[in-house]
Amino acid sequence: MKPKMMDKLGSFFAFFCALLSVLITIFILVFIFFKGIRTFTVDKISIFHFLFSANWNMENQNGQAGALAFLLGSISVSLLALLLSLPLSLGLSVFTAEISRKIGENFLQPVVEMFAGIPSVVYGWMGLSILVPIIRKSFGGTGFSLLAGGIVLGIMIFPTITSISVDTLKALPRDLREASLALGATRWQTIKHVLLPAALPGILTGVVLGLARAFGEALAVQMVIGNSVRIPDSLINPVHTLTSILTMEMGNTTWGTLWNDALWSIALLLLMISLFFIGLIRFFAKRRVFR
Amino acid sequence: MSPRLEDKLATFLLYILAALAVMFLLAIIFILLNAGIRVININFLISPPKAFQSGGGVGPQIANSFMILFLTLIFTVPIGMGAGIYLSEYAKENAITAVLRLSIETLSSLPSVIIGLFGLLVFVTTFGWGFSMISGAMTLTVLNLPLMTRITEEALRDVKRDLREASLALGATRWQTITRVVMVSAIPRLITGIILASGRIFGEAAALIFTAGMTSPKLTPDNFFNILRPAETLAVHIWKVNAEGLAPDARRIADGSSALLIIIIIAFNFLARSLTKKLYKRLTGA
Repeated sequence: MKPKMMDKLGSFFAFFCALLSVLITIFILVFIFFKGIRTFTVDKISIFHFLFSANWNMENQNGQAGALAFLLGSISVSLLALLLSLPLSLGLSVFTAEISRKIGENFLQPVVEMFAGIPSVVYGWMGLSILVPIIRKSFGGTGFSLLAGGIVLGIMIFPTITSISVDTLKALPRDLREASLALGATRWQTIKHVLLPAALPGILTGVVLGLARAFGEALAVQMVIGNSVRIPDSLINPVHTLTSILTMEMGNTTWGTLWNDALWSIALLLLMISLFFIGLIRFFAKRRVFR
Repeated sequence: MSPRLEDKLATFLLYILAALAVMFLLAIIFILLNAGIRVININFLISPPKAFQSGGGVGPQIANSFMILFLTLIFTVPIGMGAGIYLSEYAKENAITAVLRLSIETLSSLPSVIIGLFGLLVFVTTFGWGFSMISGAMTLTVLNLPLMTRITEEALRDVKRDLREASLALGATRWQTITRVVMVSAIPRLITGIILASGRIFGEAAALIFTAGMTSPKLTPDNFFNILRPAETLAVHIWKVNAEGLAPDARRIADGSSALLIIIIIAFNFLARSLTKKLYKRLTGA
């Protein structure tokens, strides 16, 4: 083939591949949207009931498709995970970027990377075989609980938050540090009053990414959270999340029934929340001054 | 408290935190590997699982994991590279590129359950491929496309402009320059990227539960390469043993499988590192 012809074909191939990502994204949004609204259009369940009722009863004829318990479950387990991992992530990133880059880069970062590479089922299995028995012995109950889910998720999202915070802190210009130190501030004062505020948009990007990951994580949470439909009221009680109900029940339902439709609506809800997080990440990423 | 004392105290506490974190994390890995290594032997590695008795292995699951990984790479690598080439070499700063970037970013941030459900809707049901190796591989392709694109784009962007200009000045077309000069000098980074992405593909389970299925037939030469057969992977098996858990030694199987999964992924990482070093030496002559 002539080089010129090949040149044309090549650029067309590259453009086509890029276009494919756009098409797939649109397909995902459209497919899940139309499958997810059937609960409201075909089965005539009101959106209000779906969002604000915790009554999920699919066994009998007049099914109740209230998803509130799952939504609250997801929110509480993600916030708990964030609460547990944020101090650790911030501490480690300040240590790596400001206290000792040598130790940070040689020991902490490889370990953090290793943790980012562990598959989620393995985290779930660790939670199930190690953490759940510990919770059972120390707090009572079965051990399968919101607390177990929060801890497992916290360990899973901490590499995400840490590595983004480290990058942001490292990207801060030297002038900031030097100016602050020259004014007589100690290193800790500089970190607390100058560097962390300057890095805030970047850190928030990491936090939202971590939250988004926690919200969308399915199997690890499902394995330890106990899977019972209830409004979260205590750390040691079992709950359900949007993702855990999907993984538990999607395989058992018949196509086109209310039960199945309601599960797709939950998938749609999860998709909407993910899109919201993606928007938020873009918002914070734009506000990052130093990168 | 005086600022100096506070500074000393904060530094001290951060050191303690860093040390505790590393110890805690290494302890987890140690416990995991320690529990699993005892289980792993030849019989565990090659024999099929048993549903109701103890003593089953994960032979078919290991094979399925590698098959699905291989199939996924066949689709992901060319498409992801194509998209990466476009973004790095052709894309102009305009609205089309902005939409492209937004889509790729969205795709990369969607939860894997959502991608799995999309796979269930499209490949398993609409295309009628059922719970199969090909449905699983196509779903993982969707899941990994953004990562592959980013890896390629970043690898190509790091190639020096001079190289491109020298090639174009010699009369090569743009495509010749990309395929014979730019891609070649980016090979070490591309290979590292592909191997690291493989680690992720290997450990993925949520997207496969609804697409490649939770069963595997006994593998024979006849059905081994049949892409329309169900293909439970190692990661999915860990989940299933616990969710359904009919085998009396579920704990042993999950311990062994988890350790195995981690060992394989760590091996991928080492492979990526050493291969990059070797390729880099050969290509640069350093």
